[in-house]
Amino acid sequence: MSISATPTAGGSRPPGPPPPVGPAPRRSSGTWWEWTLAALLLLPNLVLLVVFTYRPLVDNIRLSFTDWNISSPIANGVGLVNYTEWLTREDTRTVLRNTVVFTVATVGVSMALGLGLAMLLDQRLKGRNLVRSVVFAPFVISGAAIGVAFQFVFDPSFGLIRDLAARVGVQVPDFYQQSGWALFMVTVTYIWKNLGYSFVIYLAALQGRRADLDEAAEIDGASAWTRFRKVLMPQLRPTTFFLSITVLLSSVQVFDIINVMTRGGPVGNGTTTLVYQVYQETFVNQRAGYGATVATVMFLILLTVTVVQVRFMDRGHQA
Amino acid sequence: MSTAPVIGTLDDDDVVPPPSRRRRRREQRRAEASSSHYRGRGWTVAGYVGMALVVLLVAVPLFWILITSLKQRQDIYVRPAQWLPDPMTGENYGDVTTRIPLLAYFRNSFIITAVTSAVKIVLGVLSAYALALLRFPGRRVLFLVVIAALMVPNQITVISNYALVAQLGWRNTYQGIIIPLAGVAFGTFLMRNQFLGLPGEIIEAARLDGAGPMKLLWRVVMPMSWPTLVAFSLITVVNEWNEYLWPFLMSDDERTAPLPVGLTLLQNNEGVTNWGPVMAGTVLAMLPILVLFLFLQRQMIKGLTAGAVKS
Repeated sequence: MSISATPTAGGSRPPGPPPPVGPAPRRSSGTWWEWTLAALLLLPNLVLLVVFTYRPLVDNIRLSFTDWNISSPIANGVGLVNYTEWLTREDTRTVLRNTVVFTVATVGVSMALGLGLAMLLDQRLKGRNLVRSVVFAPFVISGAAIGVAFQFVFDPSFGLIRDLAARVGVQVPDFYQQSGWALFMVTVTYIWKNLGYSFVIYLAALQGRRADLDEAAEIDGASAWTRFRKVLMPQLRPTTFFLSITVLLSSVQVFDIINVMTRGGPVGNGTTTLVYQVYQETFVNQRAGYGATVATVMFLILLTVTVVQVRFMDRGHQA
Repeated sequence: MSTAPVIGTLDDDDVVPPPSRRRRRREQRRAEASSSHYRGRGWTVAGYVGMALVVLLVAVPLFWILITSLKQRQDIYVRPAQWLPDPMTGENYGDVTTRIPLLAYFRNSFIITAVTSAVKIVLGVLSAYALALLRFPGRRVLFLVVIAALMVPNQITVISNYALVAQLGWRNTYQGIIIPLAGVAFGTFLMRNQFLGLPGEIIEAARLDGAGPMKLLWRVVMPMSWPTLVAFSLITVVNEWNEYLWPFLMSDDERTAPLPVGLTLLQNNEGVTNWGPVMAGTVLAMLPILVLFLFLQRQMIKGLTAGAVKS
């Protein structure tokens, strides 16, 4: 959740035309003591970001070309060996598949459910604000605590799901031992925790939209489905775009829930995602070089996906 | 409504200074009326059904955890499950404090959260102030340097940071956990937007009156920015309280491990064989943040969803 709220493209753009307020145009360069003060105010934060964010980002790439084991003072350069190993190893495909399944499912389901729920609640209903708070509450709870709690909810012998299913005569699978179901378990847990985020943001967007467009379309005899697709969705496009990036970035990075619930298992790598593999290779198998390789690959994938999303959004905007 | 670039939620009130209660209520009514057009009885019924279902979806698992924590050990392992503990007992709560040093984990969580949040809030406000209202060369570039840090996931930086911190001998120390987490990108972005949205005339007037930069920040800028500062502070506190990966790598035991890590250690020891104390520990770990949420839900929702940009 560390970057749960990320600025959209609009925010990370350079601040466009000079802000209309604040600095007076004629004193645009400031005085020497203003420079000194600015340096004093900014320096601590910049140093921290450079040392603990940018330096490790670069260092991580360097480490990916070594056989470092996390504790030894020596790391030997091994060229592209880690990368070829990554490309040829059997578990790479499983880990990528787990990551894609988990991410697509969590992003898709939480956004679709969030939108559906927001549409249902976008009307005058008693207790609506209470429901909004209730749905949002899991988002503030620690992922580790939710993971532990839901491990018991999914306990195949004495858990909540088993009990409810048994009452209607359904048998539950073994969520702990079967890979597919274990992945299902962590996915559902993650969605439960994060649904409130998409919901609240969609609800805010719905309340800020122009209802008259929808009414006009209705008068023109457009069907509900057409109104949804042609009137509502285009208006929600910026919100959908923002959510697709923030929800995707945070769900690709999930570590706590997986570490607590399955430790990447069962059967070795049933729920191992890229992030979890980085941790496992580096800190459990003591192969920091290989872990850094997976981390670098993950960063490149994330960067590509984000760029594609931004492109896609831009194109849609012009159309 | 306000023109601030950051929207919060439906009861967004980014107007500065905070509007009077009457005005706020009026605006809220207006927002509700405009957004809540009547769509027929079918929608209303569906709305209430949806509300009921989603409340159950959230509440039932939480209720399940709570009742389990209040059951005797043998009552947890029965089928069908007891939905009301009989007899109800608090022994799991006593048990969990003897099985793990729970108080130490709480202490660590409080210390780490308080110190990290305080440092982040101060650094965030100071850098945002410099980036928004001071004039110096390279301002935009430096802003981009701060903002781009948001694109770098923690998970990629941990390997190298771990090596650095271990080399310094800072494993199992508070500073080893706190300092690498203390840089602030999102908060700087949030506060800078807030400062840029302030009315320029007031700031210029204060400058002409001879207010120095720090006096300007403390006497003029901050008093107009409390709601955003509260939102920023709450995001920070929630995130630091829930921080997992880094403290998990940094701490081996109760000397520095915060609650979420302590919970993992508890679960390692007891696992599926003794759910009672594990659920009691989980309830205790969830409680502080849920209580905070209960009192500050509007501000917390606003803070945690800030960044959804209008337009």
